[in-house]
Amino acid sequence: MSALLEVAGLHVRFGEVAAVRGASLTVARGETHCLVGESGCGKSVTALAVMGLLARGARREAERLAFAGEDLRGLSDRAMSRLRGDRMAMIFQEPMTSLNPSYTVGSQMTEVLRRHRPGTTRARALDRAVELLGRVGITAPAMRLGQYPHQLSGGLRQRVMIAMALMCEPELLIADEPTTALDVTVQAQILRLLAGLQRDLGLAILLITHDLGIVARVAHRVSVMYAGEVVESAPTAALFAAPRHPYTRGLLACVPVPGKVRRDQPLGSIPGVVPRIPPGFAGCAFRDRCAHARPECAAAVPRRAAGPEHEFRCTLAPDWATRAEAALA
Amino acid sequence: MSGAVLAPAAARRHGRLLRHSGLVLGALIVGFVALVALLGPWLAPHDPFAIDLSRRLIPPAWMEGGTAANPLGTDQLGRDYLSRLIYGARISMVIGVLTVVTSGLIGTTIGVLGGYFGGRVDDAVVFAITARLSIPVVLVALTVAGLMGSSFTLVILVLGLLLWDRFAVVARSTTMQIRNLDYVAAAWCAGCSRTAILLREVLPNIASHLAVVATLEMALAILLEAALSFLGLGVPAPLPSWGLMIAEGKEYMFFSPWVIMIPGIALFVLILGINLLGDALRDMIGTDIAR
Amino acid sequence: MARFLLRRLLVALLVAATVMTVSFLLTRLSGDLAISIAGPNATQQDVELVRRAYGLDRPLWLQYLDWVARALQGDLGESYFFKDRVANLIAERLPITMSLGLVGLCIALAVALPLGILAAVRENTWVDRAVMLVALIGQAMPSFWLGLILMIVLGLRLGWLPISGTGSWQHYVMPGIVLAFSAIPSLMRLTRAGMIDALASDYIRTARAKGLSRLSILVKHALRNAAIPVVSIAAVQLGFMLGGSIVIETVFALHGVGFLAWESISKNDFPVVQAVVLVLALIYVGLTLLADLLNAALDPRLRAA
Repeated sequence: MSALLEVAGLHVRFGEVAAVRGASLTVARGETHCLVGESGCGKSVTALAVMGLLARGARREAERLAFAGEDLRGLSDRAMSRLRGDRMAMIFQEPMTSLNPSYTVGSQMTEVLRRHRPGTTRARALDRAVELLGRVGITAPAMRLGQYPHQLSGGLRQRVMIAMALMCEPELLIADEPTTALDVTVQAQILRLLAGLQRDLGLAILLITHDLGIVARVAHRVSVMYAGEVVESAPTAALFAAPRHPYTRGLLACVPVPGKVRRDQPLGSIPGVVPRIPPGFAGCAFRDRCAHARPECAAAVPRRAAGPEHEFRCTLAPDWATRAEAALA
Repeated sequence: MSGAVLAPAAARRHGRLLRHSGLVLGALIVGFVALVALLGPWLAPHDPFAIDLSRRLIPPAWMEGGTAANPLGTDQLGRDYLSRLIYGARISMVIGVLTVVTSGLIGTTIGVLGGYFGGRVDDAVVFAITARLSIPVVLVALTVAGLMGSSFTLVILVLGLLLWDRFAVVARSTTMQIRNLDYVAAAWCAGCSRTAILLREVLPNIASHLAVVATLEMALAILLEAALSFLGLGVPAPLPSWGLMIAEGKEYMFFSPWVIMIPGIALFVLILGINLLGDALRDMIGTDIAR
Repeated sequence: MARFLLRRLLVALLVAATVMTVSFLLTRLSGDLAISIAGPNATQQDVELVRRAYGLDRPLWLQYLDWVARALQGDLGESYFFKDRVANLIAERLPITMSLGLVGLCIALAVALPLGILAAVRENTWVDRAVMLVALIGQAMPSFWLGLILMIVLGLRLGWLPISGTGSWQHYVMPGIVLAFSAIPSLMRLTRAGMIDALASDYIRTARAKGLSRLSILVKHALRNAAIPVVSIAAVQLGFMLGGSIVIETVFALHGVGFLAWESISKNDFPVVQAVVLVLALIYVGLTLLADLLNAALDPRLRAA
């Protein structure tokens, strides 16, 4: 699989605050890549930085930021907007407010296609919209075209957002916590829909979430983010089977797994909160919360390989966990 | 985390600094005019009513033909312009303050009652506000002055009785927000009387919002007084209202524009100062009063 | 929606009734209207004559009912001074005042909308602060004084526009500018605030994520939503402007209803004054109703409800 989106050494700063500090990740064509981490660790900012949607006043720097081999760093606003909505699309956490209240669903959907495919007639654009609304599981799609966002439920709006993102057959879909604001039953439907779309259309999806249950179900590959850095990245199975970074292990310990976790065993939790990283900070940002912190953690932490396509950023040896468990037993 | 919320810190600091300078400038202007109004009789170099027909329309000292005896020149009757301007500040300030006190009492009472009791009472209050807004203020004030003969007291009364709408609107909405807060309910449960709750719990908490309205209304009252006096139905003639000074200078303005420029600029600067003060006040308490 | 409008209509009618009563009572404030009408040199007999001729000897409530009954049929009485039907006088002058109001509103919107948008787009920069300064200055400018200054500069010094009177379209330009000045600050602040809210909203982020052009994002998506309150406030502002036109029409000797009212006040011609108050207030009530309708028409959420 070739890389569709390559991000290396991404930094985003808002004035003095560093929101992303050297994050790296790669999304291959046709794969679902999950970006996980607690709130405030820079997941959304990373996604917005890739899309070129950061708020005014944010500064973005990267060693590499490329989409389908094309360097995004040097692109003008205009060239970037040609790419957005066409070859790379994004959906957001808040379906209730992400659609413009003043325009019909049909108008908002056709506008993307007609922007990126000049010369498309309104009728053809509407046909495409109906087709996609049907594809994302909306009943009576033709009727929905004339409706306004306020007439739709949250789940329906998120489906409309997804259909709208697919209008131009993008190669990459970035989904920023698309199910967080929805009912649990609807969450599952939307996830199933995304997984199906990914399979059928060969779409690459960068799915941002803090829910490891979601990750286990849909991801091919997982990157774990902490305080603006990717601390571990691995194929899903490898990550769940043998998490290397203490933070990843901590996250996994918070998830109850039937069969694996005993009935009366308390669920894990990571003490403390994501710290605010002051300018000029060096070393591992997790060391204040880490049970294995050592003096070396204050220096620059190397990236280590723990297996094929499995990398993590820690001073501990790749096999520290297995050794520790062996010592216990 | 949502990056959109984060504004660049530098810009925010810059904005705060600018707002701060607005507060200082506004306070300086209003303080200065208030001081001049207070000390008027001691500051004025001449009697503002003393007519000297032999020394008419002398231009200000810095212009050709001006004299140091009359720093801002004299008017069409030879009265010292600086002295009249100083006495005019008294008129503007007194009218501004008394009108705001009158309209503030009316508006706050109506608004608090509507906001606190809700239901029918509130319907009546909203209706009163709507009806009041549909009545053209200047026209009605002029009519009353035309009928009853214009006087200083009448201007204050008429403006005070007309300009209570914004007080009522703000008092009503802020009271509504406060009424449902726990400590008001606690006071009620503790057996406080309604009057006590309104005076001791509600009023102090809406006072800052009312202060913002007061600055807006004071500026409006001063502007309206000037307009009424300009049309000849506000403060009656020998009194040196700034609006009246502009009206009296109107005939000479094409040849000696300074006659209307001096009182006009005074009026403009005072209103600007009051508005700056009001804006700064509003930013400080973070209310959102449409203007 | 229909219920909401019906309720608003009912309130508007009640307000209209209140305004009628107020404008009637207003002219009876001074006590004896007959003395005012007869003039300062009238004898006791003259006053008696006037009192009987105008029906002022009847009880107040009877006069009121009589006036209301006639007014409802479009008969606003007869002018003491102009010796004409008041309705005719107003019908003759109203187009002038309405034109002035519309010219003023157009100028105000032409200035306030672009500047408000500009300030929002460049929020917290010197552009924004410059625009807000314009608003502050506009707010502090006494309209009659601004009128006089324009007369001196545009009329006398530059000779571009007629100084005063009612004749050609040029006569409306200066008063229109002055009238616009009173509405510009609030419209501008409202546009700016609305645009700032809109530009920070999630649907604008969506629009950007869709790769739409800057113009489409700004105008089609942001302005469309920011404009909803601006449009309805503009209608209300027009009402305030018409009410305030008395000062400006007097300054520029523009013979609209405001000037008519001022003349009538100085001539003690109270049927006219009373009628002008009523007409202007009714227009305002109509405009607020229009504002509600516009609001409902522009906001799909209200339209469907």
